[in-house]
Amino acid sequence: MKAFIKKEVYHIFRDYRSMLILFGMPVVQVLIFGFAITNEIKDARLAVLDHSHDEMSQRLISKIASSGYFLIDRRLESANQIEQVFREGKVKQVLVIPSSFGHDFTSQHQTSVQIIGDASDPNTANLLKNYTAAILQSFQMEELGKLAFPIEVKVEPLMFYNPELSSVYLFVPGTIAVILMLVSAMMTSISIAREKEMGTMEVLLVSPLKPFQIIVGKVVPYVVLSFVNALMILALGAWVFEVPILGNLAFLLAEVLLFIIMSLSLGIFISTVSPTQQVAMLLSMFVLMLPTILLSGFVFPIENMPVVLQWFSHLMPSKWFIIIVRDVMLRGSGIAYLWKETLIIVCMTVFFVFLSIRNFNIRLA
Amino acid sequence: MIEVRNLVKRFAEVTALNNVSLQVDDGELFGLIGPDGAGKTTLFRVISSLLLFDEGHVEVAGKNPVSDYAAIRQMIGYMPGKFSLYQDLSILENLRFFTAIFKTTLEENYDLIKDIYVQIEPFKHRPAGKLSGGMKQKLALCCALVHKPRLLLLDEPTTGVDAVSRIEFWEILKRLKQQGITIMVSTPYMDEASLCERIALIQQGQIMGVDSPEGIIKTFSKPLFAVKADDFYSLITDLRDWNEALSAFSFGEYVHLTMRSESSTAMQVESYLFSRNHSSVSVKAISANVEDSFMYLMLKKEESQ
Repeated sequence: MKAFIKKEVYHIFRDYRSMLILFGMPVVQVLIFGFAITNEIKDARLAVLDHSHDEMSQRLISKIASSGYFLIDRRLESANQIEQVFREGKVKQVLVIPSSFGHDFTSQHQTSVQIIGDASDPNTANLLKNYTAAILQSFQMEELGKLAFPIEVKVEPLMFYNPELSSVYLFVPGTIAVILMLVSAMMTSISIAREKEMGTMEVLLVSPLKPFQIIVGKVVPYVVLSFVNALMILALGAWVFEVPILGNLAFLLAEVLLFIIMSLSLGIFISTVSPTQQVAMLLSMFVLMLPTILLSGFVFPIENMPVVLQWFSHLMPSKWFIIIVRDVMLRGSGIAYLWKETLIIVCMTVFFVFLSIRNFNIRLA
Repeated sequence: MIEVRNLVKRFAEVTALNNVSLQVDDGELFGLIGPDGAGKTTLFRVISSLLLFDEGHVEVAGKNPVSDYAAIRQMIGYMPGKFSLYQDLSILENLRFFTAIFKTTLEENYDLIKDIYVQIEPFKHRPAGKLSGGMKQKLALCCALVHKPRLLLLDEPTTGVDAVSRIEFWEILKRLKQQGITIMVSTPYMDEASLCERIALIQQGQIMGVDSPEGIIKTFSKPLFAVKADDFYSLITDLRDWNEALSAFSFGEYVHLTMRSESSTAMQVESYLFSRNHSSVSVKAISANVEDSFMYLMLKKEESQ
């Protein structure tokens, strides 16, 4: 068994491609998800069509410009230009200020502005609309405050667990799930399939090694590597993106280990049904990776999916894992709250281990 | 050591082994001779307990490969036809791995592999994938031997190996046999058959004969001639058209011609070829080798079907 593990470690460390996947991927993925695919928008380009040109409108525009969300790209002269600036593609939103803006505001305490969004990207358009509305509201409060308006109701939202609505908080648990799936399930299934393809499985089978020895020997190095990977991602999350870990770290790591074992048993199962490395790779890709990314709630909220897809998402081990990691890291939950999710993953592990043992062939064909 | 009776193994559409019977005695160097696709590998896999079979009876050292596969796997050394070691591990790492999974050490059975190992030792830190064909086979043989098996199953160990290494390889096998190891080896090369004590000729999943190489040759009862002429191609077609001839096969620069009638002479062949306008004709009566016998047995089988 020791010799087997040693052999497996040689395989991994001598193949620069698997090394790249093992250690390059986690870092790259966290950085990509953390920096690039964020839902927050900064410095969106805004065009202003100001018909009033008064002091009030100037104050509004400078408030918007100083919010950090918008850059004033240009000032338009007429409504005809609106369509044109959208077509150029850079400007995401146009703010139209009516001619009597300042006058109406001071004399009637009521005025209006128009927000025109580029809804070819609906998410962005919607977010920008909300930002603008929020800025307008605070602008209104400030201006009215000067006039000593008698009553006011102020809404002060407070976002629990992620006060800044930072989306990187979501991506760290998701990335851990994806990476562990990739490393554990895909790499083991490929490495077992490689033994079949190269004919070395034939020699292993005629040796006195028992199937569980072959499997455990295969799996142990990957358990260690996956665990190191998970630690890397957590560290990157904590130090680069300042994602907090409110819960018990030991409990979190125990859950990570459980998920690793689950992924490995899934990987072994895949290898028992794939005769070549390519089949193993494709199966891992389509059966594991895509659903993990798309259906686990990592990228798209499960609540918004059609009911059928929601059922599917229950079958995704990563869905439950992401819930666990998220809750432990951001809410500080413990086993008392998460025993159900943990139990589901345990059951899945047992199921796949059983299937793999049943499917593992002590003979060829 | 090996007892196979009426073995039948079918794959989806083909019958890979059709009523195969043979017996390998203790301490014997037994050859399984036949062309590619004859069923040699399938037979090895059945004997080594890697494949289940459909009908018949197989026993290896008194053990049943279906129910008692663990005992068989403990005692055999199996070298598959395809190079099946870890290409990214060095010679030494491969050896250490295989000794470890058989729960022994390199030092313990070093005597057995010493002769072979010293030949590849200068390259012991080179990855197995970067070795030459001959060295690969020697390493594979070492790995199959490290646990001192009682039975060595070698599936086409000399295929794709240069002529010098092939001769060396057979020398090694003879020495192993002297150490009391039973060896069953398959090869598509007929010239290697005479190096075995007994051989089985296999073709399309059927055994055509099991005997010593001399015994196999004795079954060849017809006159055999080595024929040569200037125009080789029309020589062979003319001989095949001749109704006195049983068969004509090219054999290096000669055509080996088997005659139907026991009383045929070289003169007869010469005069036939002169009538077909061949020049520089040479006809020599020769005694058959294993390949001639193989062709002959194959022909007889086809005729009887």
